[in-house]
Parts: sequence; structure tokens; C-alpha cells
Amino acid sequence: MTSLLEITGYRLAFDGFEGRAQVLDGIELTVQAGETVGIVGETGCGKSVLARSIARLVEMPPGRVLGGAIRFEGQDVFAMDRRALARLRGHGVAMIFQDPMTYLNPVFSIGTQMEDVIRAHDRAEGRRMRPRAAAHARAAELLAAVRLPEPDRLLDRYPHELSGGMRQRVLIAMALTGDPRLLVADEPTTALDVTIQAQVLRLIAELVETRGLTLLLISHDLGVIGALCRRVVVMYAGTVVEDAPAEALYVRPRHPYTRGLLAAVPDLARPDHRAQPIPGHIPNLLDPPSGCRFHPRCPMAIARCAVEKPLLREVDGHRVACHRAEEAA
Amino acid sequence: MRAEVLRFVLKRVALTGLMLFGLVCITFTVSNVAPSDPAALAAGPDATRDMIETIRREYGLDRPLAEQFWRYVTGVLQGDLGRSIVTTRPVAEDLGRFFPATLELVLLSMTLGILVGVPAGMLSAMLKNRAPDHATRFLAVSLVALPAFWFGILLQLLFSVQLEWLPTSGRLEVSTAPPPTFTGMLLLDSLLAGQWATFGDALAHAVLPALVLSFPCLASILRVNRAEMIEVLASDYVTAARAHGVSPFRVVCVHALRNAMLPTLAIIGLRWGWMLGSTVLVETVFDWPGIGLYAVSSAIAGDFKPVMGVTLLIGLNFMIASLVVDLLYGVLDPRLRTAS
Amino acid sequence: MSLALQRPGFAARHAATLRQLRFYAWSFGRSPSSMLGLAIVLLFLALAAFGPWIVPYPGDGSGAMNLSNRLKAPSAAHWFGTDEMGNDLFSRVVLATRTSLWVGLTIVGVATLIGVPLGIAAGYFGGWVRMVIMRVTDIFLSVPGLVLALAIVAALGPGILNGVIALSLVWWPGYVRLVEAKALALRSEPFVEAARAVGAGHGRILALHILPNCTSPIIVKASMDMGLAILSAASLGFVGLGAKPPAPEWGAMISVARTYMPNWWWYAVFPGFAIYLTVLGFNLFGDGLRDILDPRSSRG
Repeated sequence: MTSLLEITGYRLAFDGFEGRAQVLDGIELTVQAGETVGIVGETGCGKSVLARSIARLVEMPPGRVLGGAIRFEGQDVFAMDRRALARLRGHGVAMIFQDPMTYLNPVFSIGTQMEDVIRAHDRAEGRRMRPRAAAHARAAELLAAVRLPEPDRLLDRYPHELSGGMRQRVLIAMALTGDPRLLVADEPTTALDVTIQAQVLRLIAELVETRGLTLLLISHDLGVIGALCRRVVVMYAGTVVEDAPAEALYVRPRHPYTRGLLAAVPDLARPDHRAQPIPGHIPNLLDPPSGCRFHPRCPMAIARCAVEKPLLREVDGHRVACHRAEEAA
Repeated sequence: MRAEVLRFVLKRVALTGLMLFGLVCITFTVSNVAPSDPAALAAGPDATRDMIETIRREYGLDRPLAEQFWRYVTGVLQGDLGRSIVTTRPVAEDLGRFFPATLELVLLSMTLGILVGVPAGMLSAMLKNRAPDHATRFLAVSLVALPAFWFGILLQLLFSVQLEWLPTSGRLEVSTAPPPTFTGMLLLDSLLAGQWATFGDALAHAVLPALVLSFPCLASILRVNRAEMIEVLASDYVTAARAHGVSPFRVVCVHALRNAMLPTLAIIGLRWGWMLGSTVLVETVFDWPGIGLYAVSSAIAGDFKPVMGVTLLIGLNFMIASLVVDLLYGVLDPRLRTAS
Repeated sequence: MSLALQRPGFAARHAATLRQLRFYAWSFGRSPSSMLGLAIVLLFLALAAFGPWIVPYPGDGSGAMNLSNRLKAPSAAHWFGTDEMGNDLFSRVVLATRTSLWVGLTIVGVATLIGVPLGIAAGYFGGWVRMVIMRVTDIFLSVPGLVLALAIVAALGPGILNGVIALSLVWWPGYVRLVEAKALALRSEPFVEAARAVGAGHGRILALHILPNCTSPIIVKASMDMGLAILSAASLGFVGLGAKPPAPEWGAMISVARTYMPNWWWYAVFPGFAIYLTVLGFNLFGDGLRDILDPRSSRG
């Protein structure tokens, strides 16, 4: 059986003034239908670019695929023709983005934008495009499904008239339009108030549950990931460093970076326990460190780490990219 | 809501009136710092001192400045822009006679500029930094850099002299009888009268001047539309529309264009006034009897009243255009609709 | 006992600036049209500087008479042909670069000298100062510069000096608009507020914080305007209100040449092409500058 999403050896670079930045370096990631996977990492580790790559939303140029493949249900995303791509977007993969303020077009009403998406899906799936009125009714249904009150009135409003939480719900409703198999949520709550964050997370959890969605959640916040995902993938400087079931990862991290990341989270329950920052800086991707990209900051680094790039391998139920994974426990 | 719109319009109309008054002040100042003497000019080179004095009195040029200004302003308010020394007719009457020809040309050029500029800008934005984009941008800069008067002459050389496809100048052949006057715009009038041959003749005469006049306008519409499109296409909401599977055609031609059209509209409004100004050159080259040619021939004769009249008319046009653009903005941009 | 820190070398002290400059050069050089613009501008400046020593007939610049040679087609001896007085057109076209250069520099120079201080005052002080300045600016902007210049020349009388005066008098409002918007935005920038909070006077803030941050758009506009000012002056020359023959000026040359069309086509073609090339060069150059200095505002 083919996996829902299979990323193998995916390497992506951006060409700019100072040369080529190797943003993603040999990403290996497989997601099976029904899984809830979280991707965690610092800002700039490439997690958002990876998310966009799945729906082929990275501008090329300046982006440039250096190798590897992304397969969705066995089909190579970069080899898709226009029609397959139209089916992939929204119907196969749907996305929710970080800042709901900027992801809705300011000059169209919510209704118009949702109808467009609904009709686009009709076309992508080879149906006849339904008339605007029917699309309008479907849009109202979708808004009700994301718990927005008075969906009919809402459809006539413009994005600037809505609160951040409402907009994010509208965007989630849009993402649900095509009954996607994979929902990619890129920092869906980062731009929201804390109280609204919880509501939106609960809504996503509920939708995943009731609709049997496969979820790929991207966040820099381990708490958010822990609340929604069974499996966690840790990224560092464009590479996957650890990939393990959430519980195992939180309790027994195998990669020194994961441990650093966990230690950096302040624990409100134990105020005496001081959060430990990871020393050093995220590397310059124009000239990434040789061998393991984390070695300059790693407390366990040995000579071999600077020379040989560690590959992902199975250690104690985790997949870890570290030469010293066995000792790290 | 409606009351607010009305308030906005009234405020803008009042402002336009104030600006027009300012413009009157400028034109009056300019015509009074002149070292040359319009009365002497009107009287001709052989006039005696007495004749000049008579003319001076007749035109009110012997009065104190304040009084002349007062008379000028009240005159302008009543539509009296003074009398042209060259044509000896009231300037307002001359403007009424010449403006339709200019309007016809400008409307034609504007249509051309929008029809070519908007799609070309979009295309350029979509193919950003590829060969067609470089070519289009280069063309846009070229069109601004082309001296209208020179390029007009080249076009005449090619199409009128060499190929003999189009007439050199004027609005109609001497042998063609003008259509009955409704609007003063020959193309429209001949259509209204159903005179197809006349329409064809008028169109053949208008093609070259309209083309030359449209270039700078086309270029700025293209550039603004391209810049806006690039910005909008890189925006999050376009990414989102793409991610949700909206077709590329609809993303570009409906979602993105609507956003990019707002600034484009503003530049169209600005260009309206500029184009009226450029007729000064184009009408001179093509001998097109509009306000541009009128202004130039009056200026050469040292006759400022007509030049001031043309200046005021163009200023008024510009102000009306920007008022219209502001109102359209309110209609097209929902953020303004509720915010104001 | 003192720890003498070694003074770092020039490259180290100005590393950030040098890096910025290298970035500018890199992005400018990456665009072929910007480089073409630069090449044309340099050629124009070189011709303006060395014209009299390059051209084959330097005397023809001020209009010699050589009637036996009148209206000759382009040839090896006269690359661009000759005019109705028998002057070498190539010499005259090249010598006219000097006229255009000073015309452009004067108009743009006067315009910035009037417009920039007014714009800064309007944007920085706000209130009624801004109201008055911007209203007057708007009034001037409501009529195309060429028409207003025509009106002024009509009053002052034709001639290149009057043409330049007229164009200088109508060219400044664009700079007021540009600088006002920039100064208004800068006024509430944190670093300006910080300067005000520590008690810096208006003069100091204007000189150290506002003006330096306005220079990029001013430089961009000035380089584009060089071309447009030259074009406008040539336009006045063409309608017969600017330079008068035999002074070497492109617009005036075309104005005379028009009466010799179509048989003596070269007479109008070459001066016009020179205008086109010059304006094109300055526009491409300015466009390129804008792309690197002020990338947010690439508007028409």
C-alpha cells in the first residue's frame, strides 16, 4: 500500500545575492493516512517551506529543487500536470496558514471567496461547476461546521470586519471545502490571542476526529504539537533530526537537539526548574556546517560529527539522525 | 452611509473650487509678471501709441492690478475667460470649439492605453524576470522616452508618406463634409448620423495622433499594473487561493487583478490630466485643431488669455478626474466603504 | 598600563557599508536594462564633456554657413548628413548634449532645492504648515508641467533661458509630494521619537534623521527627471518657445527639420533619436537605481 505522503531525500535551495541557501537538505518523511504528525523546529529551520512544497506552492525561481521527491498517494508532486495539480490542491492537500489577517483577499466578501473555492473544486473533480447560489448555500454549511454563528450574514461581510479568530475559522472552512485527505496547518494559532488559540486548536482536533483527517501540524511550540499530534518530527536547519511517537519523544528524546529543545521550554508547574537555552545560533544556510548541521552547538559532538552527515536510523523506536543516538538516552 | 458619501462629495467639490481659485491666482500672476505688452502685441507692429492706448483701455489693461484681478476672477466665475487677441473671439467660445477635438483624441488614446497597458502589465508580472517581462519593461521605458513630436513625425513618414495608408494631419479630408454637430467629436457625430464613410475618414485621421498620445499613458498603466500585480501575486491571500485549488486563471484575472486595479485606476486618473497636456505637442505635429494647438499658437503670438484658459480647463479636468477616481475607490475598496 | 586596541583597517571598519555597496552593485549589474541605462548615461556625459574635441566640425555647433553643402544625405564625411545651412548634423547633435546637460541639471537642481525643503517642512511639522504647502503643491500638480511652462514662457517670451526658468518653476511639486510622504512616515519612526525624547532639536533631527533617510527616493527621482526635463525642454524648443536656432538644441533642430520633411528625412531623425536615447538612458538608469535603493516603490 502506498503511503499518503512520502518525501524522500528532498533537497531545496534558494538562489540569492550571496549564493545558494540550502534550505532543505535531504528531508525524509512518510505520513500514513489517519496519522497526526507534528513538525517542530526553530524559526528558519525550513518547516514552512517544507509544508508549502507539499502543495507545490514554493516559487521557482528563486527556489530550486536539488534532488529527491515528494509523492502524494504515490504521485510525484513536481511531475503533476495542471489538472492533477488542481486536484491535489484543496482536494488532496489543504492548507491553513499562520496569519489569518493576510490570507483573505481584502476586496472580496467572505462569500465570494468561499464560492470561488467551492466552484474551483467542482471543476477540479470534473463535476459541473455549481451555480453561485448553490455554492453560497454550501459555504454557509461549511461556516456552520467550523462553529461560526450566523453563517449567512457572515458571507456578506469583508475580511477586515472579522476578528482574527473568525478569519482563521473561515480559512479552516475553506480548507475543508474539498474534503482533503491531508490537512497541513502551518502555525495555525501563532498569530492569535492565547484564549482564541485554545478554541482553534480544539476545533482542529475535533475536525480531525470527526472527519478522519490526516494532519500535518507545523509549529515552533511543543505544547501545541503535543496537544494534537501522536507523532512528532523535529527539524533542525533543513534536516529531520528525530522522528518518533510523541510520548516517546517527550519522555526519552534521542537527539541532543530535541533534548535541548525540551529543556528550553519553561515549566510553569516547576518554577524552580530554569529553562535552559541552547547555546549558539542557528547556522547560516549559505554555508552550512559540514557533517551534522547541529554539531557546532551540540554538547555531545565528536570529531566524526563534523565530517560525516548522520543518516536517519532506527534506534529504540525512534528514527534519529545522530551518530551517538544510543548514548543519548 | 449615504449621508457620509454626500458629505465626502461636497467636501471634495468645495476643495476643487478652492484649488481652482488657486489656479486662477497662478495664471493671473503669470500673465501679469510678463515683460511683454499684450496691448502692443494686439495692435500690431505699426500701431501708434494712441492705438495701443485705446486697446489697453478696451481690454481693461490700464486698471489697477487688484481691479483687473477682481474682474478676471468674477469673469472666470461667469465663464468669461477674456478675449483672444489672435482669434478676436472670447476664449471660452474658442475652448468650446476646440475642446471636443481634444477630448476625442484623449478618449481614444486612453482606451488604447488601458486595453494594451493592463493586460501587458499582468503578463509581465506573471512572467517576472523572464524574457517577455524584460522586453515589456524595456518597451514601457521606451514609450516614455520617445519624444511624442519626433515619433509623430516618423509615423507620418512611414504611414502617410511611404506607405500612403493614413493621412498626414487634420481631422478630415478637405473633400469630406463634416457630420452634423452633436458633440463636436467627429467620430461620435458621424456614427450618430450614420455616415460610415465620414466615420472611416475621421478614424483614419485620428489613428496616428491617438497612438502617439497614448504611449506615455500606456507605459505608466503598464508599469503600475505590473508592480501591483507582482506585489499582489506574492501576497498571502493569493497563495491561499492557490492552495485552495482556485484555478490559476481565476487567481490572476479575478482575485489579483481586482486588487491591482485600484492603484492602476489612480494612475489612469492622473494620466487624464497629463494627456490633455501632451496634446500640446501631438496636436502641433498632426495639425489637430484642439486646445493644445490653440494654446501653442496663442503662446507663440504672446497672447496669454487663451493659454490661461487652456491651463484652467486642463486643471479643472484633472480635478474632476481625481474626484471621480476617489469615488470609484470608495465603490471598489470595501475597506474604505465602511471605514469612512 | 593601557590595553591598546588595534584600530581595525578600513575594510573592517566599514564592513557593513561595503557589503551594502557590493549588494547594490550586484543587483544593479544583474539587470541588463540598468546596465544599458548606465552605459547610455556615461556616453551622454562623455559627449557633453568632450564633444567639442571629438566632433569633425566643431564650428558648426554655433551655426556656420556653408551653403554649397546644404541638405546633404548622410555620408562618410557627414555621418548624419547636413542641415539647410550646410552644417554637419553629427557635430550639431553631439554638441547639443552640452545644452541638454545644463538644461537638465538646472531644472532638476532648482526643483530639488525648492521642493525638498518644502516637502520636509510639510511632512515633519504637519499642521497648518503642511496644509498650506500641500494645497499649493496640489494646485501646481493639477496642471501638467509642460502646459504651465508654456503659459510662463508665453508671458516671459520665448528662448532657452526662459524655457529653463519656466520648467524649473513648475518642476518642484513632485519633490514636495515625494519628500512629504517620506518625512511624514519618518516622523513617527521609533528612532526619531527616541531622538526627540532625549531632547534633540528640530534642526538636528531634520539634518541627522529625516533628510538622510529621504535621499534614496530623491536620487531615484532626480535621475529619472533628468531625462524628462531634457525631453520637456526639447518639447518647448520644438513648438518654437525654447531654444532658437542656430543654437544647437535637439528640439529646435527638429522644429526646423519639420519643414524639410519628408525629402530630407535625416535632418529630423538624428536629433530626435538623440533625445530618445538620452531620456531612455536616464530612465533605465533611474529605474535600476530604484530597484536597488527603493525597491518598495517601483511605481510608474
